[in-house]
Amino acid sequence: MLRLDDHEQAMLAGVEGRARQWAMQQLIQVGRFFDAKDLVKVSQVHLMADTEALGEEGIRFLEGIAAYPEAERRVRVPTVTDPRGADFAAYRRIRQKEEFVALEKRAADALRSLGILMTDTCINYQTILPPVKGEHLAFGDTGSTIYANSVLGARTNFEGGPSALSAALTGRVPRYGFHLDEHRRGTTRFAVEARLADYSDWGALGAVIGRRMRSYFEVPVVEGIASAPTSDQIKHFGAALASYGSTPLFHMVGVTPEAGRLSDVIDDRAPAISITDADLAAYRTSLTPVDDTLHVVVFAAPQLSLIELQQLGTLLDGRTVHPSVSLIATTSPEIKSAADRLDITRKIDGAGGILLQGVCFYQMHAREIGEANGWRRLMSNSAKLVNILGGYNYETVLGSMEACVESAVAGRIVA
Amino acid sequence: MSLRLVKGRPGIGDQVEGIALVASDNFSARYDLDRINGVFSRRSHALYGQSYVGRILVLNAAKGGVATAWMLREMQARQLGPSALLLNFANPILAQGAAFAGLPLIDRFEADITSVLKSGDRVRVSPCTGEVLVLDRDAAQP
Repeated sequence: MLRLDDHEQAMLAGVEGRARQWAMQQLIQVGRFFDAKDLVKVSQVHLMADTEALGEEGIRFLEGIAAYPEAERRVRVPTVTDPRGADFAAYRRIRQKEEFVALEKRAADALRSLGILMTDTCINYQTILPPVKGEHLAFGDTGSTIYANSVLGARTNFEGGPSALSAALTGRVPRYGFHLDEHRRGTTRFAVEARLADYSDWGALGAVIGRRMRSYFEVPVVEGIASAPTSDQIKHFGAALASYGSTPLFHMVGVTPEAGRLSDVIDDRAPAISITDADLAAYRTSLTPVDDTLHVVVFAAPQLSLIELQQLGTLLDGRTVHPSVSLIATTSPEIKSAADRLDITRKIDGAGGILLQGVCFYQMHAREIGEANGWRRLMSNSAKLVNILGGYNYETVLGSMEACVESAVAGRIVA
Repeated sequence: MSLRLVKGRPGIGDQVEGIALVASDNFSARYDLDRINGVFSRRSHALYGQSYVGRILVLNAAKGGVATAWMLREMQARQLGPSALLLNFANPILAQGAAFAGLPLIDRFEADITSVLKSGDRVRVSPCTGEVLVLDRDAAQP
């Protein structure tokens, strides 16, 4: 039985308008599905609403909400957006169709009229407002969710677009899953023996563990990480784990805040599964292409931090990307401005690379831009991106940032 | 021929009848589907190349990202969606997507639903009670 307080009952009855009534109906359906006993107030919403996912139908729906009176449509808690489907300043450089850009503009106009902050980033936990341990959230990107839950100790489920929008309009989500202590306990132990050097190793580790996850409620506990990874390393690990496993929470013993000791999160007599160099190598081998043909190199998913962009800029400085290959990197508008100011963008541009802002590669009609540009073989240092694009007619290869840059310059895949 | 009843947890959406399309693989609309042509497009998926349009889609677990929550409604609006989803394990994204799209969804069955049902079975899906009734084995080629 899902209990509602007086204010929630009023919203459900339509006293505060049809938008909030629709939102309450959505929350209640999902809450009942997962046996939630009540709703919990959230302090931040991260909304995924790229036009490829929305489609014409989703955009019409948002425009319907935007047409309600202002008092009925304004969001109730700070709400920021995930990457969008087009970079208005640069979409022609990657031959995106005008029709997609027009859809993007309609969606952005509708979202803005709800009072949503168009941050257009999946690394909001690094760049906008990092959550705090114990804070209840409605985060709508698997990468931002797993980072907020695991690295920061905040509490959120995967809140997809309609659900995050419902949370924004009501300030609430159903209390189930990772809002509850009992679901935050670890379920499966992994002892990491593999050596982890660059971001793609951390992503490969996330992929190998993610492939073993059987359901949303399985929580991996990672041991054997000798020293704390950087925010970008653990970002790649979490993004790949969430992508391959649909997993919203992990614990890393001695690193993440709820797992000071193993026994804090799981029965320490449970057997652990070893993850070795051979496991990571087998995963990479599963992505080995039949030849060294290369069309596009992409750094994205998650968007790059300022530090990653600095590393990329240093690798590309004074080099030239081969004319038969495209090199693309994506970041948030805030970090793009910083990269412009700090002379990083010039190094990427100067080498013939393209730095896009406010987008992510797989969220900007990847199938269509692949066809428009003749991109089929794609190389990236993101295990998450490599996973997703397998369904978009790309042959994907995982390599380190250095190997990706060397391959882009050579015009063919070099190890 | 005997009818078989399989029980899951009460789900989302209205009762529907249709032909099952079954695999023990997992499911994500963004990762696995060509949503323009209504076919599975991930080469490593057991249903690669097959049309899911109008089928009772029966798979193991929800995988991947959050996009499915928006996508199911768009697929239904263009009449290029499945007619119901039956999974061993849904996740919040599929529940949210089903609620937004009005797409029938049931999960957490008493037995592995991908073993109990076979592609081509005609089934009745009743989300209100969480029940799936097999009306006819091999009613149609998938």
